[in-house]
Amino acid sequence: MVSELKVPTMAEFFAAGTVPEVLFWVGCAGSFDDRAKKITKAFVKILNKANVSFAVLGTEESCTGDPAKRAGNEFLFQMQAVTNIEVLNAYEIKKIVTACPHCFNTIKNEYPGLGGNYEVVHHTQFLKELLSEGRISIEGGMFKGKRITFHDPCYLGRANGVYEAPRDLIRKLDAELVEMKSCKQRGLCCGAGGAQMFKEPEKGDKDVNIERTEQALEIKPDIIAAGCPFCNTMMTDGVKNKEKEDSIAVMDIAELIATAEDL
Amino acid sequence: MQYLPNIIFVLLLIVGVGFFVKNISKLKRNIFLGKESSINDNKSQRWKNMAKIALGQSKMVVRPIAGFLHIIVYVGFVIINIEVLEIILDGIFGTHRMFSVLGGLYSFLIASFEVLALLVIIAVVVFWIRRNVIRLKRFFKPEMTGWPKNDGNLILYIELVLMFLFLTMNAVDYQLQQMGAEHYAKAGSFPISSFIAPLFENLSISTLIVIERTAWWLHIAGILFFLNYLYYSKHLHILLAFPNTYYGKLTPKGQFKNLQSVTDEVRMMMDPDADPYAEPAEDAAVPDKFGASDVQDLSWVQLLNAYTCTECGRCTSECPANQTGKKLSPRKIMMDTRDRLEEVGKNIDENNGEFKDDGKQLLNDYISPEELWACTSCNACVEACPISIDPLSIIMDMRQYLVMEQSAAPTDLNNMMGNIENNGAPWPFNQMDRLNWSKES
Repeated sequence: MVSELKVPTMAEFFAAGTVPEVLFWVGCAGSFDDRAKKITKAFVKILNKANVSFAVLGTEESCTGDPAKRAGNEFLFQMQAVTNIEVLNAYEIKKIVTACPHCFNTIKNEYPGLGGNYEVVHHTQFLKELLSEGRISIEGGMFKGKRITFHDPCYLGRANGVYEAPRDLIRKLDAELVEMKSCKQRGLCCGAGGAQMFKEPEKGDKDVNIERTEQALEIKPDIIAAGCPFCNTMMTDGVKNKEKEDSIAVMDIAELIATAEDL
Repeated sequence: MQYLPNIIFVLLLIVGVGFFVKNISKLKRNIFLGKESSINDNKSQRWKNMAKIALGQSKMVVRPIAGFLHIIVYVGFVIINIEVLEIILDGIFGTHRMFSVLGGLYSFLIASFEVLALLVIIAVVVFWIRRNVIRLKRFFKPEMTGWPKNDGNLILYIELVLMFLFLTMNAVDYQLQQMGAEHYAKAGSFPISSFIAPLFENLSISTLIVIERTAWWLHIAGILFFLNYLYYSKHLHILLAFPNTYYGKLTPKGQFKNLQSVTDEVRMMMDPDADPYAEPAEDAAVPDKFGASDVQDLSWVQLLNAYTCTECGRCTSECPANQTGKKLSPRKIMMDTRDRLEEVGKNIDENNGEFKDDGKQLLNDYISPEELWACTSCNACVEACPISIDPLSIIMDMRQYLVMEQSAAPTDLNNMMGNIENNGAPWPFNQMDRLNWSKES
């Protein structure tokens, strides 16, 4: 069942004089990274199916400034933030959903001090809202009995205390949720945060994503679920490094649900 | 001459407490070398955090074995200090077991002190075994050599000696009470030391009194020594854990502070009416240095953090960079900050209250850029700290200095930042292509 994605922009809503229920902040990875674009599309498919009135900024969106800030470039971060806030405020945005925990954290926590106040939710929280409002249904079906482990993104979990929304969604798939030895508050980073995604790691014994992948392999999952495009890349690379890509899939929560719904 | 012991005692007390107070005021001065950071918000939440995390030890038990043993030592020392109050009053007034007028309650108190003392001894022995026999990995990182390593063991030895002196004092007292010695009226209940008492059975009353007095004096002298040892030791955490948890971060861990000095600059750049060539006002302050390269650039809360660190290494053992063999250790960040602050403090003492440039700073001389760049900002260290220390904030402040004052970011990061500046994304993609994904199948 392949249907065309409906991705309205804020500019279109504005021209029509209407407001969407929520702004979908796609983020740089979700817009440009080939792997992450699949997550973006899976999430949009669910939004389309649930008839959620949403919009994206499209070409008016720009990097939140998160990697610049974590790299120490506060100036570049604030330039990005102030520019984005101008756009968001001009459209009178109230609620933002994003599939990237880094964008989520930055807009939610660091934009208010610069004049950007919005209700910001991670896509797993939003999907859970849709589910509890009965706007989507999740059938176990193809994931029934599969061993799925959830890798906590640092900027969703420890940074913002969101641990249960993604797990609740996995449980809804009738899957067997299995936990790695470091999880939730003590979850081990994938190695990408703090702008590490964009540089070579410092000298050491091994890469962080390999360490984390080894933790995942210990509990023999069928699927490693992620909630962050960067974690997804790191874990996918880790699984490939261990030559397990044929037996273990790395999937975003949105992809799990879209697949279960055969979208 | 009958008041000689009282006088000696009071002098000992004055010297012991006086020296401690002097060091504490130095400590306070050093902490306030840090930048101002006024924290007056959410007082009730802060008191709650202090009660829960410091007093209630809620984060210690995340690691159940160490947590449980630590609670024993902690409760032991807090409660046994009621006895110290009696010892001090006895010492001043030349009385013996002044609180024994409490009768049954006194017996109960002494009995519980003894049980706690035994438990403390057991816990301390297990701690020693963890450090020296099992050799837990987190106690053997590169920063844990020399003084920090010896300090960890020394604390255990002092606690052990103090507990043994306390029990010996009680045992001999009990023996003297049994023998009906003068001044040793029957008081207290001795469930533990009565087992040691038989060791002293065949000694004369006068010998026993000498042993009892010696143990008594060594015990209180030991406590005063330990009090003064704190300032030079990681053991300072027993005091600073309280203010540190009070001033701990309340906002979400992922929220890093926005630099006001940068906000002002950005606002001016975005303001169409601002004159970019305007001379700064004559009374304008020198612009803030961006980020931190030395301890004075950090906030006083970060410096309080540094003095509070007890080098347990939970942060380092949870750090993804450290786990994978990188040089970064969040504990070392805190220890370096403290050591540099101590050095700056000594410099000030030696130069009549003013800091004389010593050609050193926290960056490079203590903490290398390699350590700073290995951080993933994952907050595992912050989460792991049982007393609300935030090593990540220091790492981030130092990165700001490297990038904004020195343009010393790794090349890859410069490329990433160049991309954000030019195309609004960390990769070299055109902003105009941002929605292309929606048309790809």
